[in-house]
Parts: sequence; C-alpha cells; structure tokens
Amino acid sequence: MDLSLIIMQLLSGIALGAVLVITALGLTIVFGMLGVVNFAHGALFMIGAYAGLYLASLTGSFWWGLLLAPILIGAFGMLIEFVLIRRLYGRSIDDPLLLTFGLSYVLVEGVRIVFGSDGIPFPTPPQLIGVLDLGIGFFPRYRLFVIALVAVVLLVLWLTLEKTRVGLIVRAGARDPTIMQVLGVDIGRVWLAIFGLGVGLAALGGVLAGPMRSVNPEMGSLVLAEAFVVTVIGGLGSIVGAVVAGLMVGISISMVALFAPEMATIVMFALMAVVLLIRPQGLFGVRGRTA
Amino acid sequence: MPKSGSTPKISRRTALAGLSASAALLAMPRLGRAADETIRIGFPTPLTGPFAAEARDQVKCAELAVKLVNDKGGIAGRKVELLVRDDKLNAGEAATRTLELIEKDKVHAVVGALSSAVQLGVNEVTRARGVIYVSISQSDTINEAKDFSKYTFHEALNPHMTTAAVARQTLKKGMKVAHLVADYAYGHEMLRGFKRAQAAIGADNVGEILHPFGAADYSTFIPRLMSMRPDVLCISNFGRDQANAIKQAVDFGVKQQMKIVVPVILHNQRLAVGPDVFEGVVGGANYYWGLEPQSKTAADFNAAFRAANGGAIPTDYGAYGYSGVASLLLAMRAAGGTDTDKVVDALEKLQYDLTKGPQHYRKCDHQSVQSVLVLESKKKSAMANDNDLFAILATDTGSADMLRSCSELGHAT
Repeated sequence: MDLSLIIMQLLSGIALGAVLVITALGLTIVFGMLGVVNFAHGALFMIGAYAGLYLASLTGSFWWGLLLAPILIGAFGMLIEFVLIRRLYGRSIDDPLLLTFGLSYVLVEGVRIVFGSDGIPFPTPPQLIGVLDLGIGFFPRYRLFVIALVAVVLLVLWLTLEKTRVGLIVRAGARDPTIMQVLGVDIGRVWLAIFGLGVGLAALGGVLAGPMRSVNPEMGSLVLAEAFVVTVIGGLGSIVGAVVAGLMVGISISMVALFAPEMATIVMFALMAVVLLIRPQGLFGVRGRTA
Repeated sequence: MPKSGSTPKISRRTALAGLSASAALLAMPRLGRAADETIRIGFPTPLTGPFAAEARDQVKCAELAVKLVNDKGGIAGRKVELLVRDDKLNAGEAATRTLELIEKDKVHAVVGALSSAVQLGVNEVTRARGVIYVSISQSDTINEAKDFSKYTFHEALNPHMTTAAVARQTLKKGMKVAHLVADYAYGHEMLRGFKRAQAAIGADNVGEILHPFGAADYSTFIPRLMSMRPDVLCISNFGRDQANAIKQAVDFGVKQQMKIVVPVILHNQRLAVGPDVFEGVVGGANYYWGLEPQSKTAADFNAAFRAANGGAIPTDYGAYGYSGVASLLLAMRAAGGTDTDKVVDALEKLQYDLTKGPQHYRKCDHQSVQSVLVLESKKKSAMANDNDLFAILATDTGSADMLRSCSELGHAT
C-alpha cells in the first residue's frame, strides 16, 4: 500500500475527527461545568444544520448561515437552560438527563412538522466546491476548510478559557461554585453562558456537517452516540480530552476503513471499551469526579 | 438444521406450519361467518429510519390502491382497509408487528416491508401462518426455494434483474469496475448480481469495499476506491446511504475519473441532494413518472395519484406500494373474496397492468415478471421542471429470460 494513500486516509480521518471534536466539545463543557449530561445535544446539532440551511437560503450566503446559526441556536440553548435545566440543578444527575432526552424527541418531531421528514439538500458554498490537488491526491476543499475552521475555534476557545478573566471565572466556577458565590460572582449567569456555548458548538457542528451529508431530522442521533464515545474516551468534562479523543476516533475510523472497511463503525466502540478497561476515567479525565 | 425432506426429523418450521394449519382449521367456522366483513390488508413498512421517505410513498400509493377499489364499491360488496404499521427497519420488529396483524387484527393478507432482510422476517411469519404476503422490496433470496412458500409473492424487482439491466447499459468488455457495497443482504445481493453481469459482459472487477449499513460518512472509503482506478464505480446501497455516499464521492472528485452507477436510482434521494450531485449517475428503476408519454397505464396511475395527493407525482417505491396492493385486490376480486387458496390461485393466473405495462407472477417462485427501466439523472439545465429528474435510457420489456431459472432457484420444474 503506497504512502500517498495512507496520507490521504489520514487527512480524511482528521476531517472526520474535526466535526467530532466540535460536537464532543459542547457536550463535555456542559458536563464538566454544569454536571448536565445533555441528551438533546444530537438534536441541537441537527437543529443547527437546519438553522444554517434556512439562514443561508434567507441571506443567500452560506457564510451568514455559518455565523448566525450557532449564535441563534446558542441563544435558544440559553433559553432552554433558563426555562428548563435551571430548575434541576442540585438534583440527581438523572433528572436533567431525562429532561434533555425528552427534549430531543420534541425537537426532532418539531423539525419533522416544519421541514418534513425527507432529507433536504445543503449546497456546498460555491467558493469551496471541488477538490484541491495536494500533489499526492485530490482532497475536497470544503473538508480542508472544516479542519482549518475547527482549529481556529479551538484556539479562540483555549485563549478565552486560559488567558482571560471570563475564562478564570468559568474555570473556578467549575471547581467550586459555592466559593464563587461567596466571592460575589453570579454563578447562574456563568452557567447560562456555558450552556449556551455548548449548544452553540453543537449547532456549529451541524452547520459544518450539513454540506457533507444530507440534512434530515434523524441526522443527530448517530452524532450524539459518536460525541458520547469521544467524551468517554477523552474523559468526561475534559476539553483537551475531547480534542485528542475526537481526532483519535476520526483517524482510527479512517485507518480501519483502509484495511477492514466493514469494521469502520465498530472501531470507535472497541476503542472506548479498551480505554474504559485501562483508564476508566478516560484519557484526560479526573478519577472519581461526579461534577 | 436439515433443509431437505430427506431426513425424517421434523424441523421447527414444519412443526410451526403444521401447528398453524391446525389452528387455521379450528378457526374455520369463525371465518365462514365473516363473509361480509371488511377486507383487511396488513402493511408493515419502515416509517422511521433511513428509508422513511420511500416508506411514506409506499403508504400513500397503497392507500390510493385501496381507495380506488372502495370508491367502486369494494370487493364482492366488502370494503377494504389498510393497516399500516411501522417496522422500524428491523426484522424482529417487523416479525412482531406482522404476527400482531395476523393474530390480533386478523388481516387477510400482508403487503409491504422495505429491506431485503426485513421482508424475510415478515415472510417467515406469514408462511408459517399460511397468510399471503406480497413483498415490495428488492430481494433475490425470497425467490429461492428455501425461503419460498405458496403464500409468498414478490412484486418488486429483484437484484438479479436490476443489476443485469443496469450493467447492460453501462458496462463494456474490458472496463474496470469497483464496488462500494452496504454490508447487509441488499448490498450483498446487488454485488453478486453486478459481478455476474460483469462476468457475462467481460468487464474486470478491480475491487470491492463493504461499508457499514447506515453510515453517515463515506470519506474514509473514497481514497482507496479512487486508487483502484476503475472506469465505473457501482454504489450498492439504499435510502439515505445512497444520497450520502454519492454526495461524498462527488465531493472527492470521483466523477471526473469514473462513472457512478447504482443498482436502483432513488427518486427521493435525488431530491435530497440535488441535481448537481446526481448529474450523470445511472441506475435501475421499477417506475418513473416520466413514462407518461409512452405508457397509457403510467399516465392513468400518475393522474389518479395527482388527484389524491394535491398534484404530486408518484415515486419509484411508491409504485411498488400501489401495484403490490392493487394486484392482490385484483386477485381477491377474481377469487370472489379472501379465501387464501383461491386468492393464491388467482394471483398465479393474474395478468395485470397497473403502473407501467403487463406484469404477471411467475408460477415457480411467484416473482413478478415486469419491465426494468434504466435511468440517468439529468443535469440542472436540462430539467424542464422540478419533477423532471431523469432521462429514460432503456425500458427492458419484462420476460422470464431476465430471471434466474426455476431450477437454479431450487424449485421443482
């Protein structure tokens, strides 16, 4: 097997991993900071794709859809937190889990009613149609763009969390919310913002995935499973874990597809099983953490 | 487990069949007085999941077939009722729903299912219970003697006839062919069909990749397929898998290097990804509304569907729903009611023309002998309107020569 094919395959894996990273990141941030396992994450990914498509057709440009959909759906996420999730803080972890699980059904049915249950086309932005000659083979421009955009988003997110005052409050809030309140920080507002960010990231993943797959009401269910696998491998609540595990899963799927294509889907679950056996808290997780 | 009758041991299947036969005998008196009751047709189909779009079209068309008969006063004075159930694209679920339809809802026959694996699950139940089943999903296995029963009818095309027709239009001697195949019964049967047709034509197989059923991303298979340097890429999968696989192959520039061919080109999936992606893709079909100008039957069917559905046109898998139910109802009319043996007999003798031209069920395996269309997806600028999706490359007239012979399938001849 020649090297250029392996490099192409690696690149496919990274592109696949990039979307996984973005969706898993939203899931893991919300769990790490709020202790909420958001089962509606996949549905919000799907809503993001529909919102992106709708806004793109409304404004006539994919770029507006890409920019506005995560903001709009992120705001919708804040509404969910404010109206529903907020009431369940301090209760057992099952309560928000059940709530978001139910919410995911409501969202999927809602989209079926408004947009129908058939898939609808999400055109690739004209600037990114076609392939780029990399010397060793051709690779879709759009997928290269996805890799680059995800890298930028990760960088911005990292800088915000590590280098700004807001990031400091968020990190401290995750460690000890009571002390933060004593220090005069309105922790409710922080949680509201975090949930909005998590949902916004799901929506961004949806918009990015739109031009690569057909957009349909069930597109989020598989994504939710994948995002969970990534967060479990990376360690629940760990941002670095989500990034590393997302890329690892993408590349594993891609490499296995080269040698045993029918095993491509199973490999991520196998990877998860192995990680759970050796390091139950995940690669970057903290042992015994209950959030 | 022994499949042939050479061993004296009673298999579970035989025992089941025997039991249900005696149960049927016991139930006879009750059926006798039910002569004036409604005729109930069970219709399991995957209303949720990746084939949902096709399934809903099946239901719409099946409902149309029932409505047209009821509008004319039903069959022997009895109204017809369609009982639709969601089989969730799962063989176990389908078997349970079918059993309920038979035991609880007391259906007189079953039509439906939309997966080669699921229809075998339905068939298992119906033949054990001695209930007529008209399958409307592609399968080769259902024709074979081991899965056949006198109650099993197959209205859909089968992979053997579909792939042969598509290969005839697209492959030439010496061409290199690669395959991307969904890893379940449908994909395997299509692959087998293509390889058989390929061998007959003299085209070379350069490789095949099996992908997991229901995958959302195909990018990981494409570099390797391209490195095989084929002239033709056959993508044998169904529903949303077809849309996603073709879209992503096109994103990778596959069409610049090779032609994309599919066994069955799906109306709804072409709608789901748009004309630019599907442009030039060739595939087989049982039906296309654009047959209108050349077929009076198609024009009538389209008109009836339009009238019942606000001007919409019927799709390929929709047409199966219509002809599956309507052929059964024609046979019931000929049989004067729902007596299973009489209806089976009537179906075997039936010559019907419901959507696209003459059809009949072959005696040995109850496969519907019918025409096969080969379609090519039009480019956007060549479309006269939003429904003008395909150009008809060929209409192969139905004949028993298209099918595998009765003896090859293991039927007594």
